[in-house]
This record gives sequence, C-alpha cells and structure tokens, in this order.
Amino acid sequence: MLAVNFLLLAAVLFCIGVFGVIARRNAVMVLMSIELILNAVNLNLIAFALMNNNQEGHVFALYVIAIAAAEVGVGLAMVLMIYRNRKSIALDELSEMKG
Amino acid sequence: MVAAEETYKALELSSGWFLENAWLIALIPAVAFALIIAFGKKMPFKGAEFGLVSIGASLVIATGAGIQWMQRTDSADHGGEAAQGAFNGIRGALRAAEGAEAEPFIEPVVSQWVWWQNSGLEFGIGSHIDGLSILLLWLVAFISLLVQVFSLDYVRGDRRYTHFFAALTLFSSGMLVMVMASNTVQLILGWEIMGLCSFMLIGHWWEDAYNSHSALKAFFTVRVGDVGLLIGVAILFFGSNQWAVDNLGSNGFDIRAIQAWALSGDGSSWTLLMASVTLFIAAIGKSGQFPFHTWLPDAMAGPTPVSSLLHSSTMVVAGVFLVARIYPVFWEGFNIANGGLSFIAIIGGITIVIAALLAFVQDDIKKVLAYSTVSQLGYMMLGLGTGAWLPAVFHVFTHAFFKCCLFLAAGSISHSGSHHSFDMKKDMGGLRKFMPITFGAWCVSTLALTGVIPFAGFWSKDEIIDNVGDAGYTFLFWVGLFGAALTAMYMTRATYLTFFGEPRGAAAGIHLDDDHGYATEHRETLVTAATIDRKLVSVGAAPQSLGAAAAHGDHDDHDGDHGDHHDDHHDDHGPHESGKLILVPIVILAVLALTSGFANPTPLAGDALGLNLGEGVELVKKYVEPRPEAVSLDIAAGHAGESLQLLEPGGFVPQSESGGEGEGAKKTGCGRSTPEVGTVCYFPAVSHAVPTLSKILLSLGVVAMGYAAAIGFCIAFYKNKHPKLVGLTERSRIARSGYLFLKNKYYLDALYQNVFVYFVSRPLAKATYWFNQNVIDAAVDGVGAGGKRAGEFVYKNIDQKLVDGAVNASGTIASETGHGLQPIQSGRVNHYASLLFGAAAVGAIVLVILNVS
Amino acid sequence: METLTDQNFLLTLGTFLPLVGVLVMMLWPKDDESGVKSVGIATAGATLLVGIYTLTQFDYSQSEKLQFAVDAEWIEVIRSGYTIGLDGISLPLYFLSMCVTFLVMIYTWDNMPDAGNPKAFYILMLVLQTGMAGTFISQDLILFFVFFEVVLLPMYFMIGVWGGEDRQYASLKFFLYTMFGSAFMLVAFLALFFQTGGESFGFAYLIEMGAGVDRDVQIWIFAGMFLGFAVKVPMFPFHTWLPDAHTQAPTQGSVILAAILLKLGTYGFVRIAIPMLPEGAKAWAPAIAILAVIGIIYGALGCLAQTDMKRLIAFSSVAHMGYVMLGISTLTEFGINAALFGMVAHGLITGMLFFVAGSVKHRFHTLEISRLGGMLIQMPKMGWILGFASMASLGLPGLAGFWGEFPAILSAYQPGFGLNEVLFRVCMVIAAIGTVLAAAYLLWLYQRTAFGMPKEEFSGGAAHSLSAGAGEHADDDHDSDIHDVQPTEWMAWTPFLIAIVVFGVYPQLMFKVMDPAVTQMVQTLGKSLG
Repeated sequence: MLAVNFLLLAAVLFCIGVFGVIARRNAVMVLMSIELILNAVNLNLIAFALMNNNQEGHVFALYVIAIAAAEVGVGLAMVLMIYRNRKSIALDELSEMKG
Repeated sequence: MVAAEETYKALELSSGWFLENAWLIALIPAVAFALIIAFGKKMPFKGAEFGLVSIGASLVIATGAGIQWMQRTDSADHGGEAAQGAFNGIRGALRAAEGAEAEPFIEPVVSQWVWWQNSGLEFGIGSHIDGLSILLLWLVAFISLLVQVFSLDYVRGDRRYTHFFAALTLFSSGMLVMVMASNTVQLILGWEIMGLCSFMLIGHWWEDAYNSHSALKAFFTVRVGDVGLLIGVAILFFGSNQWAVDNLGSNGFDIRAIQAWALSGDGSSWTLLMASVTLFIAAIGKSGQFPFHTWLPDAMAGPTPVSSLLHSSTMVVAGVFLVARIYPVFWEGFNIANGGLSFIAIIGGITIVIAALLAFVQDDIKKVLAYSTVSQLGYMMLGLGTGAWLPAVFHVFTHAFFKCCLFLAAGSISHSGSHHSFDMKKDMGGLRKFMPITFGAWCVSTLALTGVIPFAGFWSKDEIIDNVGDAGYTFLFWVGLFGAALTAMYMTRATYLTFFGEPRGAAAGIHLDDDHGYATEHRETLVTAATIDRKLVSVGAAPQSLGAAAAHGDHDDHDGDHGDHHDDHHDDHGPHESGKLILVPIVILAVLALTSGFANPTPLAGDALGLNLGEGVELVKKYVEPRPEAVSLDIAAGHAGESLQLLEPGGFVPQSESGGEGEGAKKTGCGRSTPEVGTVCYFPAVSHAVPTLSKILLSLGVVAMGYAAAIGFCIAFYKNKHPKLVGLTERSRIARSGYLFLKNKYYLDALYQNVFVYFVSRPLAKATYWFNQNVIDAAVDGVGAGGKRAGEFVYKNIDQKLVDGAVNASGTIASETGHGLQPIQSGRVNHYASLLFGAAAVGAIVLVILNVS
Repeated sequence: METLTDQNFLLTLGTFLPLVGVLVMMLWPKDDESGVKSVGIATAGATLLVGIYTLTQFDYSQSEKLQFAVDAEWIEVIRSGYTIGLDGISLPLYFLSMCVTFLVMIYTWDNMPDAGNPKAFYILMLVLQTGMAGTFISQDLILFFVFFEVVLLPMYFMIGVWGGEDRQYASLKFFLYTMFGSAFMLVAFLALFFQTGGESFGFAYLIEMGAGVDRDVQIWIFAGMFLGFAVKVPMFPFHTWLPDAHTQAPTQGSVILAAILLKLGTYGFVRIAIPMLPEGAKAWAPAIAILAVIGIIYGALGCLAQTDMKRLIAFSSVAHMGYVMLGISTLTEFGINAALFGMVAHGLITGMLFFVAGSVKHRFHTLEISRLGGMLIQMPKMGWILGFASMASLGLPGLAGFWGEFPAILSAYQPGFGLNEVLFRVCMVIAAIGTVLAAAYLLWLYQRTAFGMPKEEFSGGAAHSLSAGAGEHADDDHDSDIHDVQPTEWMAWTPFLIAIVVFGVYPQLMFKVMDPAVTQMVQTLGKSLG
C-alpha cells in the first residue's frame, strides 16, 4: 500500500511538471518543471525498488540525480546565454527553430 | 635400245630454236609497245622504228618457226616409220600395212610458264605451236609489217603518230598472243587486247564525236560477244578439267586438253552444245557475223591502215580462229560429223548474203570493202560449220592478202587520188589513168576476191563451196555460189565507180579544204526516201555541181597546229600515184593475191584445168591441218605440264580396227566415235571434197555471169544513164523500199541503238537509279527519319512525362508533405513538449490497452 | 592451326607505329603546316618500311600458316586475348592498307581539302591506318571488332569536316549505317562465343568449335554477321550509304574508303563468317550469290544513270564488289581466290579512279559529266590515266581487274559443297552480262569526258594548252587551274599504275600467296560440311 502512495505522489509531481513544461513561458520555470518530472521518475524508481526489494532502482535514481544536476547546469547556462542575447527568457518569443 | 635412242634424238632435232622460242613472236611487239609509249616521242622516227623492227623480228622468227615446223612434219612423216619400228615392231608393221594413207599426228610444240595458280592448279602462259598457229603467226607478222610500212607515209605528220604506231604494234601483239595461246585464258588475253587496240585505233581521231562513237560501238559490240566467250570458257573449263587432270595431267584451260576432251566422249552432248553456242556468239561478235556485223562498217572511221589490218589478218579473223582452234568442240557440239545443220553454217550462210547485198548500196569505198570482209568471213564460217576446216583456214590465209591489198589500195586512192575522201560517187572516177599501179593491184585483188582462177581466192573460196556441197548441204552450196556472184557484182560496181568513167569531185581536182563532210557523211543514221534522189542523182553529175565535195574530214589538219601534214599534197591538188612506201606493200600484196593460192592447190582441179601440179602440192593440208590420229594417252600425259620444255613427238598408236579397211580415215576414232581407251584424239577426221570439173566450171560460170551482169549494169546506169534505170527508186515502190531497207542496214543499227542501247542506258538505268534513290535509299532515310521521330516521341512523352515525371513527383510529394507538416514545427519548445507528452500519452494508452486485452 | 612466332613484334610495330606519329603531331605546333605534313608522311613512310620488311620476312612457302603470331593475354575476364597473326589471306590487304595511306598522304601534300587544318587531317589518317591494319591482323573476335570500329570514327570526321556540300548528311549516314550493321555483328559474335562454350574469342578456337554448333543456330548467327559485313561491303540492298559517302568525302577519304574500308566487309566474310559457320555459310550462299549479281547489274545500271563522275565511280564499286561476293559465295578455292584478288585489284583501280576524279574536281570545280569533255586535249596525261584506269576497271586482261572478275565468274559455274548449280550458273551468265554493262558505263564516261573538244566554259585553256604543247607559252589568266598531272600526283599515282599492270601481267605474285591459305580454309570447310 505504501508503494501506491509513493506512486500517486510521483504521478502528481509528474503532472505538475508536465503542466509546467507545457504552460510556463519562463525558461527557468520550464527547467524547474523538468526537475519536477525527473524527481517524479526518481520517486517511482525508488518506490519500485522498495517494492521489489532490490538495489538497482536506488542506483538508477542516484544516476538520474547526477544527470539532472548536469542537465540543469547546461540548461541554466543556455538560458543565461539566451537572456544575454535577447534580454528575455520568454520561450514563446524563441521560434528560430520553426520549420 | 640404241636405235630407240637415235630415233629419239632424231625426233628431238626435228624441233628447233624457233619453235621452242616462238613466244618471242608475240613478246617482241609487246615490249616494243612499251618502248614506243616510253621513248617513242624522243626517237628520230617518233617510235615507228620500234614498231617496224619488232614486227620484222617477229616475222623472222615466225618464218624460222614455219620452216622448222615443216621439217618437223617431214621428219615425223619419214622418220616416224623408223621410230615406230624401233619402238614397237608390231605397231610399225601395222603402220606399214596401212601404207601411205596413215599420217602420224604431229605433236605441237608447247613452251609455257606458270602464270597463275588457283585452288592448287597451276595455269600456264606460253606458246602452243602447231600448223594453224604457225600459219597465222606468219600471216599476222607479215601483214602487220606491210601495214606498218604503208603507215609510215600514210599517217606521216599525224598529231598522234607515235601513239598510232604504239597501238598498231600492240594490236599485232594481241593477235599473236591469241594465235599462239596454249590455253583459253591466254586466248582471252589476246582477244581483249585486240578489242582495246581496236578501240584506240578506230577512235584514233577522237576529236570528232563520230569517231569516238564508232570506237565505242566496236568495243561494245565485241564485248557483248565476249560474254559468250567468258561463259564458254567456263563451261569448257569445268567440263573438261577433271578429265584433263586425270588423263593428261593438265587442266581445263589447256587448249589441247579441251580438244582431246571434246573428242573423248567424256563430256555430255548438252555441255558441248552449250559451249559451242556460247563460244560461237563470241566469234559472231568478233568476226562481225550476222547479227553483230554492224560495228565493222563503222570501224572504217579509223585510219585506213587500221582498217586493212583489222579486216585482213587480225581482229575479225580472231573469231574464225577461235572456231578453228577448238574445232573439236564445235565438231562434237554441233554434230558436224553427222551432217547436223550447224548454227555456224547457218550464220555463215546468212552473213554471206546479207553483207554482200549491203555492199551494193555503199558509197564509201571502205565500207564496200568492209561488207565484203563480212561476207568473206561468212564463207569461212560456212566452211567451218560444214566440216570444211582446211578450206576455211586456207581462205583466212588468202583472204588476208587480197583484202589487205584492197584496203591499202583504197588508202592509196584517198591519200593521193581523192584528197582524203572515200566517197566513190563524189570524189572518184577515172582514176585508172592517174594511178596505174594502184589500179593494177586493185584489179588483181578483185579477181582474187571474186574467185577467178588462178587467183588466190579461187583455191580457197571455191574449195569451201565445193566442200559444202560435198558434205551434203545443198542449199548452203547454192547460197555460197549466189554469194560468189554477188561478190563479183559489187566489186565490179566499186571498181567501175572508182577507176572508170569521168573523174568527179576531188578526183577531178576539186575539193574543199577543212570540210567536215566526211564526218557528216558517216553520221547518217536513217535514210529517208527524200534523201535518196539527191544521192543517186549526184552520181556522175558534173563535178562543178557538187556543192559539197566532201573532203576527208581532214582530221589531221583542222586544228591548224600541224601545218606540215600533207604539205606535198596541198601544193598539187590533182590525183597522182602514191609514193613508194605506199606502193611497195600494195604491190607485194598484189603478187601474193595472185600466187598465194598455189600454197594449197587441189591437184585434181589443177589436172582438170590442164595445170600439171603434181603430187604433194597441198602444202597447207600437209603442214597445217592436224592429223586425225589417236595418240597414246601415256605419251600425251607424260609431256603435259612440263614447263619450258619441248614436248617431244610421241609414238603413234594406230587404230586396230582401221588396220585393214580401205577408207580408214573416216572410220577411225577421231571425230566419228569415241577413241579407244588409252588413246586421245586432238582433231576430228574431216572429210575433203574431191573437186570435179563440172563444179569448177559451174562456180566460174556463176562468177562470170556476175561480172557480166554488173558490167552491163554499170555501163547502163552510170555511163549511159539508161532512163529505165535512173530514178527507178523514185518510180518503183518495191525498188525504193528495198533500197531503203539496204541503205538502213536492215534497220539493225536502229534496233540496237534506238531500242536496246537506248532502253538500257536511258529508261532502265534511270528507273534503276530512281528505284535506288526513291525506294532503297528512301527506305534508309525513312528509317533514319522514323528513328528520329520515334526518338522525339519517346523523349516528349515517355522520357519527359513518365520517367522523369515519376522522379519529379516523388520530390513534389516530399515537398508538399513537408509544407503540410510545417505548422507542427512551430519552433516553440512548449509545443514540442506537448507533442512529446501527447505522443507518449497516446503510446502509453495503446500499451495499456494492448496489455489489458 | 600451326603458327610461326618468329619476329612477332613486327605486326604490333606496324600497326601501332602510326599512333606514335599521332602523339608527335599532337605536340607539334598547328601553324607549321609543312612540318605537320612531313611528320605525318614520315610516320606513314616508316610504317610502310615496316610493312616492306614484313613482306621480306614472310615465309611464302608456308603462307597458309599464321606468321609473326602473338598470343598474349588482354582482357582475361572476357576470355579475349591479344591474338594477332598474318597469313596469305591477310598479307596482301595488310600491306595494301599501308601503301594506300602513305600514297594518299603524299597526294595530300598539294591537295589539301578546302577545310584546311592539315594537322587534324593527318592525325585522322594515321588513326585510320592503325584501325585498318589492326583489323587485318586480328585473330580474336573482340580485337577484330575493336579495330573494325576504330576505323569508323576517323572516316566519319574526314567526311563530316572535309567533305562536300552535303557532308553532314553523308557522314552521319555512313556512321549510323555501319554502326547498325556492327550491332548485329557484335550480337552474332557473342552468340557464337557462348554457343561454342564461352572458352575463347580466338579465331582458331572458334573455327574449330564453330562447326559443331547446330545448323539452325549457325544460320541465325551467320545472319547477324552477314548484316554487319554486308553493310560494309556494301552489298545490295545495303549499299545506299556508299554513293553518298563517296560523293561527299574528300578525295583522300574516297580513295581509302574504296581501297581498304570496303574490303573489311569481304575480308570479314572470308576470315570469320564462312570458316566459323560452315553450315550457315552454305545455307546463306545462294542468297549472297543472288544479291551479288543483283548488285552487279544494279550497280551498272545505276552508273549509266549518273551525271556526276564521282558518283558514277562510287556506283561502280557496288558492281565490282558484287563480283567479289559472287566469288566468295561459291565457297570454292577458285572463287575465294578470285574474290581476294578482286579485293586488291578493286582497291587499286577504283582508288586510282577516285584520285583522277578528285584531281578533275580540283581543276574544273565540277564533276558534272556533261560539262566535262576533251580531257585528252587539255590534260593528255590525266586523260590517259583515266583511260587506263577505266580499261582496268572493266576487266581488260593484262590488267589487274581481270583476275578478280574472270575467275569469279568462272567459279560460279561449279559452286562447292552441293550448292544449287543451276542457280549459280544463272548468276554466272548475269555476272558475265555485267561485264558488258561495265564496258558501257566506263567507256561512255571516258568518251564523254576525255574525247571530243573541251567545253566552252573551260576551253579558254584549250587553245592555250595546245599551243603550250607546241612549245610556246601563252600567259594563262583565268584557266590557270587547268593543268596536267602534278609531281605529287605522279608520286602518289605511279605505284598504283605500276601495281595494276604488274598484277595484271603476272597475277601469280598474289595468287601464290593467297592460294595455300585459301585452300587450307576450304579444306577445313569441307571437313565440317562433308
């Protein structure tokens, strides 16, 4: 039962994260939303690890945290560069990649 | 053994240098031709010396060879008996039993080199000397020499003097090559060289279109006949080759092999008949027999020496020679032995009469003689066609002298008497006073031609007629007699017009310089009724009235750059006797016309006429006529194919069946039945007529009647202008149409030129070319154009629309799809994310559904 | 087949030496015309010397064997080798090609066609020479095909660039027509290759194995080769490229075309089609004979209709090659010997006639027969040469033409291997009638061009040339181009004239070389045909 609660929490966090990624215009907010999604996944990993009583899930969660840190680092650097160039970090103004 | 050795030597000795090297006779003039062409113009006599010397040398060798041939014959006749005895006693005894009747066959002397080889067989060129070739070699060399001497003066100063002698020499060489031919290919070689030279000589004055046209006609007509020669030689080659290789070790071109094969019974009668017909067509063309005689009168466009050479001993005689040379083929092919009515005899008979009739309406003296030649050649053919080989060949011999003499006399007249005109009616008459020597020679030759005893023609022509009758051809016998009468008549007419009566035109000293009348005179093609009167009336009219006193075309002068030509004659215009260079040959020939008949007089005829000629006077019969004796195959084959080596006379195998029979000659194998196994024959046993006094008197009477009638007519018509005769062609429809028919040469010329030649050269050739351009070539062009059009179609419709369209379409589709999907690529991260998650959600739902179910 | 391999570099040298000359000429400055010409003539001369040396080294007692033979690997992957060799059949043609090229080049020294650019012209002629010589020495089908096609291109350019007014059309027609035939030929070659087991393209192998192919297959393969070779000969009805090509080609092109190129086709029949496909040859022989005699009569009639001298000579080629093909179609030693002789004789004689036609064109600027006349007065020597060549062409005995024509007619009387005698005899008679027509069109041509007086438009020179002949030199103004035979013309023509006489008087010179090779070939044929 405990695991179900964890999974529900993770689902909520994931949904909040997804909403943030889709709806927020601020790039920093999007990055933070991505963090939410990643952490929702982490929660899931740990919950399943506990449920199945093995270690791989923990290891994988730690791995994800490390990746997430790096990702945030790169992401924030990019945001910073975008801000420097355009004085804005509003994502809807960034459509250069339009096809 | 010793005796045999000696006999062998004796037989070998009976040959000799001249016989073995007889090929020089033809080679020397050929080399001289090359020398004249190369150096002639630089020589003091402009090349004439080469011609004269070479022909002279040929004559010397030919004479030597002739003497040696006689020795050879004599030695065989006398020594042969001993040889037989030495070789084989039994045979010798058999021969002795036969007595003098049996004469041994005289092996010809053959020297030859390899000329060409084909399919392993080697074909030779060289000399094949027997009585017939010796006779003609000597004759050709002799006549050629006289004609060349005559030409020295006659064509002096001509623009192409050097070329004239070159061609004349080559002409003689061609005839000599042909006469001594040891195989049929060499015969063709000589035959065609003569054709070429006749073209060159007849067209000697080629500036005038008429002359070049005549030359073309001569060459072309003869060439039509040559088709027969080519095919006939092919038939003979393939017919006899295997037999010749097997039996004689020679091949099917070898003349001796052909002779032997024809009599061997190996060839089918159909093959022999076809060969005879085709070869005789060649002879018709060359010897101007009906219906190919039309080129001969036109050949008069050449200079007179050419005419005389062409008509006496060379060219036209070639056809007769061809028949005489491979006589066994004709003998078997036309079945002359059994009295078959042969093609040769019929053509000969027709030619005698039609040519003689044509001679009556000629105004040109040379054309009279030309038709006379045609007619006489008809006699020769008639003789050959009825088995009278010997008289026919003898007639070749005698005819050469008197016909050459007549032509040279005509040349002499035109040269000195009528200022280069040959028109008897306009420019001659009464010349006997001015040119007595020419007149005398002319008369002797005329008498010889008409066959008056004891002139040469009698001994040959009467023999032919006699033999024809004897062989059972009664109708042809009368044709021959009729021809003899006609001959007497037209020669009387020509003689009267030329030498008697009042001088007219040039003969009276009137002529127009540089008048091309001669050329136009010849050019008449079809004579209409309207033109007859003028021509007839002008005869004997006063000289002054002749507006168009046609001079000889003066071909030599009309360019004006040879002023030296005939200078001597420009000074004195009256007729006079010719110079020595012209007269000497004429006189020599006239003497021979009188005497040459005694080379082969028939003793019985001599007896009948009270001339005691004795035995063995028939020299031509003895030395020229091949003996119809079978020769052992071993001996015949043993010597064949030996190059450059004398073929020794072989041993003689008498026919066993003929041993005891009296009239053995007719019944022996040669020509009457196939020879025994192991023997070959080279000549059929021809029969000889025995002349009787009644026949001789008959023919002489006919000739005399001809003379009488003609003299009467001439005096009445030309001298007295008898009112019933003058203008007869105007009054009588029959006379007019007959005259026109003759004047237009039976319309044969018109038929050939306006129908055959015209059809081939104009509509047929044009149609062929049209077909070529508009059908075949158009088809090719059409394929090309069609290909181009197909290509265009493919390019436009298939390539551009289909193939390329597909390629383009794929691009277009991709592009359009991209455009369609463009909105998705908004460039906004949010959109992408929502898509991402949407897609993931959809995927998750699908998975859930799949897993649940 | 036995081969002799002594001195086998000779053929390669003789064939490819012209290409060395081409390299040198490419580096040579274009403006130095006489230099270019000298190099070209020197190369051709050197090639001819090699050819003469080859003649002296040839073993005439064994002329049925391949001599100077090379058998090296070439394109191993398709089993084609660099197999070459010379025997009695190919030797005369091989040598003739060298002579003709050399003499044509000499002639070109003074008679360059109007388009100019001697450098390109000489280079093309040298390339042509390599192709022609290579064809005659090849003993491998692929090699043969390559050389056969190499010949096409230079000739295409010669006609297309230096030709007459209609040259584009003529050259294209020539090229496409020949290619059309070649395509069938190549297919036939490949079919034969696979039918015999796909082992080799070498002649010796194919001759040995070809007889074993099924009769029906042989007939089809022969048909393919027939198309290729018949176009080249050319035989009726594939001849229509010839008059156009000849008429439009420059003199040099016409001469080479007549002398050598036409022989490639007949040579192909003798060397390839007949020995390799005996049954096919036998089946096709009557058709070839019929087409040949049609060609004889048809060509002659075509000649009679011509108004242009050069076109007339071109049509006469159709007729004369008919005799050659008639000889070949009999499948006898006699006929094939005659055909080979006829090939060389026709090359010499018709080459000579084209030379004369070219020179007449050069002087009168027209070849319209009706406008010519009196050549013997204006240019006596040229007139004599024309007469001589005409006489040789109409088959006068004693000149070379006779030995091609007469034995060919003769051979048709008795064809080999049980061919229909009646048919061939009819052909013989027709062919013999063709000689009359030959006499007609040649003498008629001669009468109209050489006899008579010069025509008005050119006769300004007539009086002059006559007076000049008499020793006084009037100054010539408008007719300066009507002069008699020039030194370079003499140099180029004399060998032709001499050869025509020598071969005519002593045909054994050539028959001796060819006869053993032909005899051997026909014997091989006989083995497979029984």
